[in-house]
Amino acid sequence: MDAIVIDTLEPLVAELRAGGYAVVGPVVRERVIRFEEITSADRLARGWTDVQEPGRYRLAEGDGEMVFSFAASPDSAKAYTQPPRQTLFRMRGEQIEEAEEDAPRVALLGLRACDLAAIAVQDRVFLGGRHPDPAYLRRRQALLLIAVNCAVPGGTCFCVSMHTGPRATTGFDLALTELAAPHRFVVETGSARGEPIAAALPHRPASAEDLAASAEVSRDAAEHMGRHVETEGIQERLSAHDSPRWAQVGARCLTCANCTMVCPTCFCSTVEDATSFTDGTAERIERWDSCFTLDFSEVNGTPVRGSNPGRYRQWLTHKFSTWIDQFGMSGCVGCGRCITWCPVGIDVTEELANLP
Amino acid sequence: MTGGPHPMTPAPYRVRSRRPDRADTVTLTLEPVRGDCPPFRPGQFTMLYAPGVGEIAVSISGRARSGGYTQTIRAVGAVSAALCGKRPGDVVGLRGPYGQGWGLRAAAGLDVVVAAGGLGLAPLRPVVRALLRDRPGYGRVSVIAGSRAPGLLLFRRDLACWARQGADVRVIVDHPDHTWRGPVGLVTGLIDRVVFEPRRTYAFVCGPEAMMRKTAAELVRRGVAPGRVELSLERNMKCAVARCGHCQFGPLFVCEDGPVLPYDRVAPMLAVAEL
Ligand SMILES: Cc1cc2nc3c(=O)[nH]c(=O)nc-3n(C[C@H](O)[C@H](O)[C@H](O)COP(=O)(O)OP(=O)(O)OC[C@H]3O[C@@H](n4cnc5c(N)ncnc54)[C@H](O)[C@@H]3O)c2cc1C
Ligand code: SF4
Ligand code: SF4
Ligand code: FES
Repeated sequence: MDAIVIDTLEPLVAELRAGGYAVVGPVVRERVIRFEEITSADRLARGWTDVQEPGRYRLAEGDGEMVFSFAASPDSAKAYTQPPRQTLFRMRGEQIEEAEEDAPRVALLGLRACDLAAIAVQDRVFLGGRHPDPAYLRRRQALLLIAVNCAVPGGTCFCVSMHTGPRATTGFDLALTELAAPHRFVVETGSARGEPIAAALPHRPASAEDLAASAEVSRDAAEHMGRHVETEGIQERLSAHDSPRWAQVGARCLTCANCTMVCPTCFCSTVEDATSFTDGTAERIERWDSCFTLDFSEVNGTPVRGSNPGRYRQWLTHKFSTWIDQFGMSGCVGCGRCITWCPVGIDVTEELANLP
Repeated sequence: MTGGPHPMTPAPYRVRSRRPDRADTVTLTLEPVRGDCPPFRPGQFTMLYAPGVGEIAVSISGRARSGGYTQTIRAVGAVSAALCGKRPGDVVGLRGPYGQGWGLRAAAGLDVVVAAGGLGLAPLRPVVRALLRDRPGYGRVSVIAGSRAPGLLLFRRDLACWARQGADVRVIVDHPDHTWRGPVGLVTGLIDRVVFEPRRTYAFVCGPEAMMRKTAAELVRRGVAPGRVELSLERNMKCAVARCGHCQFGPLFVCEDGPVLPYDRVAPMLAVAEL
């Protein structure tokens, strides 16, 4: 279907809800843009923008009518593709039953190009290997992805360096570009599932001017990246395991794991076990884990990576180098979340630039 | 595309027999509650689940006559202790077998040195059995095993049996007691005592990482090709299917790319602290 133009988002939200989707979009909560379920487009973070710098996030007033004038939220699609906690199975006697948790139909409204790239990375991890995960596939198939092309990249963004944005070109069901004067949205369709939804909205065909204005939004965004990474030769640079830089960054790093929690691609997990007192059923739970914890690498009572520099090096090297060896793609999509949400403002782009 | 079971779901296995090997180590024979035990390659491991306690990686130390796996477990923490405490008839969870096994095929026609430190003998036991089952297929077969103390030596009956079947079997201990008449020291001290033609030799090494590094370096110094020395690495493992991230070693997932890996591939990484 050719691109269309819609004037407001309310019909879209209504159409999605009528189609059985919980609509999850960006709202203001505790002075941060968070993703949560909305029942009306009125709830969206219209008129707000954000200021993001290393270790710093501030909500600010933006242009009153614009709905999507901010960059990445600490939330990402990861909470929906790989829930923070999920029950794996229950065992009682000789019976083992998979949990088969529900995969709710969710429409994620307001994903950015980097977020779509991060979902593609997770698809590769959970579906592309020798042991594809049927629960991931169920959740993934229940997600409808509605992208918004970035107009106002944040101070910590570098999707252009990672070749993942700022424009959503693939991996979405619908993609919106928000335009001003007059306020409207160009809607592109990216899948068979997106077609009937777009068709059901009150719309008009996009004109040549609409399309040109939409392309201009992305061209302009690409020129306003807050940060940059030189990816040429990055694997060689990260093979400098003995650089003094690791000790320097390790001395600043609190190993708090914030960076891995906000990262939309970090997939590491661990397991927890519990037994019911009433009937003896044993239950296994998988939950997010982080390479910054000490017991992550514990073998025979001693962590392999016992020092902060060792753990920081593992994270940075994995994201930007060994991930490519493992999955044929970078583990970083350039969303900047880890930089913004690092309590001491450690900036991966700066660390990479300062390696030999 | 993926209608199958979840990769983290074990199958129920029943403990058929339990044999204490030493004070802290038992060998369990495990049989599936339903269906057959899948085939395994020497060097592979399973994930054993003690209900309600946790799940750990354990090598397959052999196949029992009844068809089940034998697995030899040392009680070092909550999960291994719970598994060691299982009795015949108890049910545990088992997934696998997983991982790359020993390169038996690449060793065909060559002298073979099998070097074990402590519990490292467990994953090597099936490879020695395979070598001796096909005795004419290989040159000289030497088994060198190190143990902390004479009383901690594993698989004594197997060692004696392998010697009768034509392997040169040598044992060394670190801390001898008054009964010990054999050599004293580290496994590397036995490399000089067994006969092999370095340029036509393949080696399988398993034990603590420091022991494997020293043994591999010594074999290579003696002229064995680094690509013909295989080590079985140990890393923290939660999933065994390349999804939990715990076992990463540089670009490798030890669970899928290993645990058995050629020395030439891992030597540069083993030299890096905290990789
Ligand atoms: C490929 C492979 C094969 C193994 N084969 C055997 C075997 O045949 N027999 C045997 O007794 N042991 C074997 N181990 C070691 C065994 O997995 C650990 O002893 C066990 O995980 C300890 O768990 P725990 O909870 O009892 O002890 P704790 O010390 O409480 O361990 C806590 C957690 O740390 C991790 N951990 C600790 N030590 C290790 C370790 N050495 N390897 C991996 N994860 C570890 C586990 O996730 C464990 O649950 C093997 C390990 C690997 C990786
Ligand atoms: S490493 Fe940082 S910038 Fe890259 S994808 Fe993860 S959170 Fe975003
Ligand atoms: S880099 Fe920053 S966010 Fe990540 S663990 Fe270290 S202190 Fe925490
Ligand atoms: S054990 Fe989970 S990735 Fe290897």
